Amino acid sequence: MSPVGAIARKEIRSYFVSPIAYVVAAVFLLLTGLLSFLAAMTASNRSLQMLRGQGNLPELNLNDLVFRPVFYNMAVVLLLVVPILTMRLFAEEKKLKTMELLMTSPLTVTDIVVGKFLAAFMVFAGMLALTAVGPLALAPFAPFRWEPLLTAYLGVLLMGGLFLSAGILASSLTENQIIAVILSFGALLLFWLFGWAGQVFADSVLGKVLSHLSPLEHFEHLVKGLVATGDLVYFTAGIVFLLFLTHRVIESQRWR
Amino acid sequence: MIQVEHLTKHYGPKTAIADVSFSVDKGEVLAFLGPNGAGKTTTMRILTASMPATSGSARVAGYDCFDQPREVKRAIGYLPEVPPLYTEMTVSEYLTFVGRIKGIGIERLPQALDQALEKLSLGEVRGRLIANLSRGFKQRVGLAQALIHDPPVLILDEPTVGLDPKQIIEIRQLIKTLAGSHTIILSTHILPEATAVAQRVVIIHEGRIVAEDSQDQLSARLRRSEKVSLTLTRPTPDARERLQALPGVLSVHQEGPATFLVEAELGHDLRDDLARFAVRSDWGLLELKLVTMTLEDVFLRLTQHEEGMEAPS
Repeated sequence: MSPVGAIARKEIRSYFVSPIAYVVAAVFLLLTGLLSFLAAMTASNRSLQMLRGQGNLPELNLNDLVFRPVFYNMAVVLLLVVPILTMRLFAEEKKLKTMELLMTSPLTVTDIVVGKFLAAFMVFAGMLALTAVGPLALAPFAPFRWEPLLTAYLGVLLMGGLFLSAGILASSLTENQIIAVILSFGALLLFWLFGWAGQVFADSVLGKVLSHLSPLEHFEHLVKGLVATGDLVYFTAGIVFLLFLTHRVIESQRWR
Repeated sequence: MIQVEHLTKHYGPKTAIADVSFSVDKGEVLAFLGPNGAGKTTTMRILTASMPATSGSARVAGYDCFDQPREVKRAIGYLPEVPPLYTEMTVSEYLTFVGRIKGIGIERLPQALDQALEKLSLGEVRGRLIANLSRGFKQRVGLAQALIHDPPVLILDEPTVGLDPKQIIEIRQLIKTLAGSHTIILSTHILPEATAVAQRVVIIHEGRIVAEDSQDQLSARLRRSEKVSLTLTRPTPDARERLQALPGVLSVHQEGPATFLVEAELGHDLRDDLARFAVRSDWGLLELKLVTMTLEDVFLRLTQHEEGMEAPS
């Protein structure tokens, strides 16, 4: 087994031995389930109103009326639950002094960082896959286009990956898991607000830079079904950059 | 097997170790002795290639600790002061994980696991959670992780700290059985530990090596006089004065009602003379022994000497 595989396997096991993965998945699925239900009910009420107003039944567009709002709200839920998934990844190793085992084994820091990221990403992807129950349950009742749904899922996966790598960086900075959560939550919220700040200063260069830095704009494109290279580059470059920073943090701790 | 030359490490303005040089031959057990904060752990971390030195060089099994860290890490089994254990794993799961990250192939892993469990007598607890094990077992699991990939060099940082006397004896016994087939460096601030397991002792104090030799030679080198302890059954009141009058005797201290510490010039073994004299005087000779310096004495003398030299400057 490759060193990355060994680390990833250990981390995945650790997620399911502790209650963390179960609690995070339960909260995430409960909230997204509730969001889907509310979105479907709202869509149904609106279509009834339109039926009364116009006298003929309009086509119920699930993509616009249900899925899109669900994905936007899902991103907010991710903002809250992802830091919980990543908080222990490095902080706990440092606290328990097991980091010393990893650092004295023939592993590279890249193996460790990538292994941990992959484990968290796989747990997150598994959690996300379970939300597919929503569209599958709605499919028999109304037609919708699968393509935007798939690009939206790609968007959530990429944004989740970005949040996870930010969380891993926060965890590498401290040995206190609470501090890791607060740091990653604060950083994610800050980047989220960049989107809003971008709208406030929309006419200036600063506004454009801030909007581009915020994951929101790129995420919106993917949720709408637009797959642009720029957005894909934004997310992958962001993930690689944050993991690189984590690598530097861990490497620098060897010198102290 | 291990060569350390002029190793220096600074943590910011603080010097952890300065100009440390020593070497360890294949199959040798070397004890690294010093008080807490002397620089033992820093030296060990540099040897495990997990921390770079500020200057100097260290080679383990022919590999440079700075330039060839992966090769060094493969050649080393390291037990830190706090055993690095994932307490939510069972002993087998933990050792399997360690085997994987140490690069043991999947086909050899079960065999390596069984050997490590057997060597450390961990068979009975292999399925138990590490969190539920006693301190002694946890330490043994820590040693098992250092041994699982059968490295030629073992670096053990305070391997018996916090164990009860029975467990200490077990771990020391184990280290002795590993000597010969493995080159071992162990650090300790518990002085008798070094005498119990190591052939050679390096004494480190405030980041500098103050002595390096076998324990016998260290105490011989630092001995300024021969001391003999003499215990009698019925000494006469003038026994002390009469002993003092013997040729070659420098001083006599009465250590108990019938015990005398007789100090003679270096190289002058008084035991035979004292035995004859005590029998002739009908004092009832109960015990006669040469007082050698303990490692504690050696250590104190070396470090006090060092401080004494530094004080005037």
